[in-house]
Amino acid sequence: MKIDLKNLNIKTAHQHLIKGDFSSEELTKECLNVIKEKNKDINAYLEVFEKNALERANDADKKIKEGKYTELTGIPLAIKDNILIKGQKASAGSKILENYTATYDATVIKKLKDAGAVFLGRTNMDEFAMGSSTENSAFGVTRNPLDLERVPGGSSGGSTSAVAMNSCLGALGSDTGGSVRQPSSFCGLVGLKPTYGSVSRNGLIALGSSFDVIGPIGKTTSDVEIIFNTIKGGDDLDSTTIQESKKVYPVKSREAGISLGVKLFNRARIIGVPSFVNEIGGMDNFAKNNFNESIKRLEAIGYQTKEVSLPNVKYAISAYYVTLPAEASANLARFDGVRYGLHKDGENGIDDYLKTRGVGFGKEVRRRIILGTYVLSAGYYDAYYNKAQDVRDLIREDFKSAFKEVDVIITPTTTGSAFKIGEKVNDPVRMYLEDIFTVSANLAGIPAISIPSNKKEDGSFDGGLPLGLQIIAPQMEEDVLFEIAKNFLGEK
Amino acid sequence: MISGEELKKLSKLARIEISEGELSDLGKDINSILDYVGQITQINADKEPQMNADKVLINIMREDENPHEGGEFSSDLLNEAPNKENGYVKVKKIL
Repeated sequence: MKIDLKNLNIKTAHQHLIKGDFSSEELTKECLNVIKEKNKDINAYLEVFEKNALERANDADKKIKEGKYTELTGIPLAIKDNILIKGQKASAGSKILENYTATYDATVIKKLKDAGAVFLGRTNMDEFAMGSSTENSAFGVTRNPLDLERVPGGSSGGSTSAVAMNSCLGALGSDTGGSVRQPSSFCGLVGLKPTYGSVSRNGLIALGSSFDVIGPIGKTTSDVEIIFNTIKGGDDLDSTTIQESKKVYPVKSREAGISLGVKLFNRARIIGVPSFVNEIGGMDNFAKNNFNESIKRLEAIGYQTKEVSLPNVKYAISAYYVTLPAEASANLARFDGVRYGLHKDGENGIDDYLKTRGVGFGKEVRRRIILGTYVLSAGYYDAYYNKAQDVRDLIREDFKSAFKEVDVIITPTTTGSAFKIGEKVNDPVRMYLEDIFTVSANLAGIPAISIPSNKKEDGSFDGGLPLGLQIIAPQMEEDVLFEIAKNFLGEK
Repeated sequence: MISGEELKKLSKLARIEISEGELSDLGKDINSILDYVGQITQINADKEPQMNADKVLINIMREDENPHEGGEFSSDLLNEAPNKENGYVKVKKIL
């Protein structure tokens, strides 16, 4: 059977693999062909693991023949360059880690290996995941496969471009302030930011440790669900993961509040629409209209909608861009040119650090480390860092109150569709405002999904470029996100 | 507003060498970011007393047991070090 990657997803490819219509080796070879043909223009992959991928595909084919398989056995995936695969390079898009080889597997990689997945290569990203366009990579920009003049979004732009150019069936990204959802929206895909602590961060190169979470990217909600169910779970190697036995949710769902998680009765879900969406400056009309159409579509398929107020969410960007640089400046202190990574020689030990970090880190990374150093310094700590923590609590409270009245909350994923390469790169504040709808979920630690909201039946996008609808749920309620996303997209 | 002098001091604290030429651009960018995020310094964030009560922070501990075999990971880790000698990471003299 001829393999047409454009019309395949994880679910359908899995059916073909177990029926024997094609093998994982054939599927993987086809992916490698597409990469060879398209990657030079798009730069989604920084490195392709050709030999390793084919070996893993052969192993998968054996497992399938023996009947020992999962839905991911033999499925080719792309992995963001900040997730460690033992023996492979992992550079986080940075010169400082250009030649770093991972010495262990991230927990998510271990789980995907056990499930039999095939890793095609590592994907480009904004350096240390700092950015919303993949223009901050030390290894060149990644282009949006739907319009080569435009950015794919970021920071997981390599991963979303890899899926959107039909070179793999799914990918892993990481989401600290929107880095899975925003590029998924720009590339017309489904992207999930799971509950903080539902997926292990062990083996993810750290950016902001109180925000970071690894998330799946795919063409359909079902595909994202399959990957999420494989990678989630408590992990002894990440003490912030939520262990089944110690479940504590600061932000509870309506049902959990009423009946401690026991569903006593069935009822139509209520979808919250925050009043601030229409007050946000910089929203283009196309995106505004599309969002209103999405509300109508949800009502048409039977959901009730209700206005909710999240009074402190307007401070989310500020709280985030104080806390994140603070955490990043501490996390990135480990890159000292001593134990791993780049080393530049200076006159003495301190000079070694200054030179190594001065040359090794790109502009945005230097900017954020210095900003983080400032907000953590004596005299400014209370005014900035502590205040940001208070605001974070207020935002968490906002969601908590809102979820007493509604099951989920929807917003657009972004204020507009993919922007042109170079359009925002020299204006950090404008770039940070890209995260305006996405950061609140990271501040509150709750799950959120971005799904295409203007996709037509023929696969094209109304108005030309894709837009995303974001659905936000209480902690550990990913299932509710999947349910509503599938109904919205008409997925069986 | 951060002055050029402060910026120099901060970059030293952050152990990042910044060239004189880059200082003014960096200062402009950081000041425009501080100008935006500075809105939070104006917020009255007095919290309701019950708010912190259900803030769930718990310590996660494990027994200090089952150590791995000594040296099991040493060569992999040392391979990543830029300077090494006889199984040690090598750094410049500090005293």
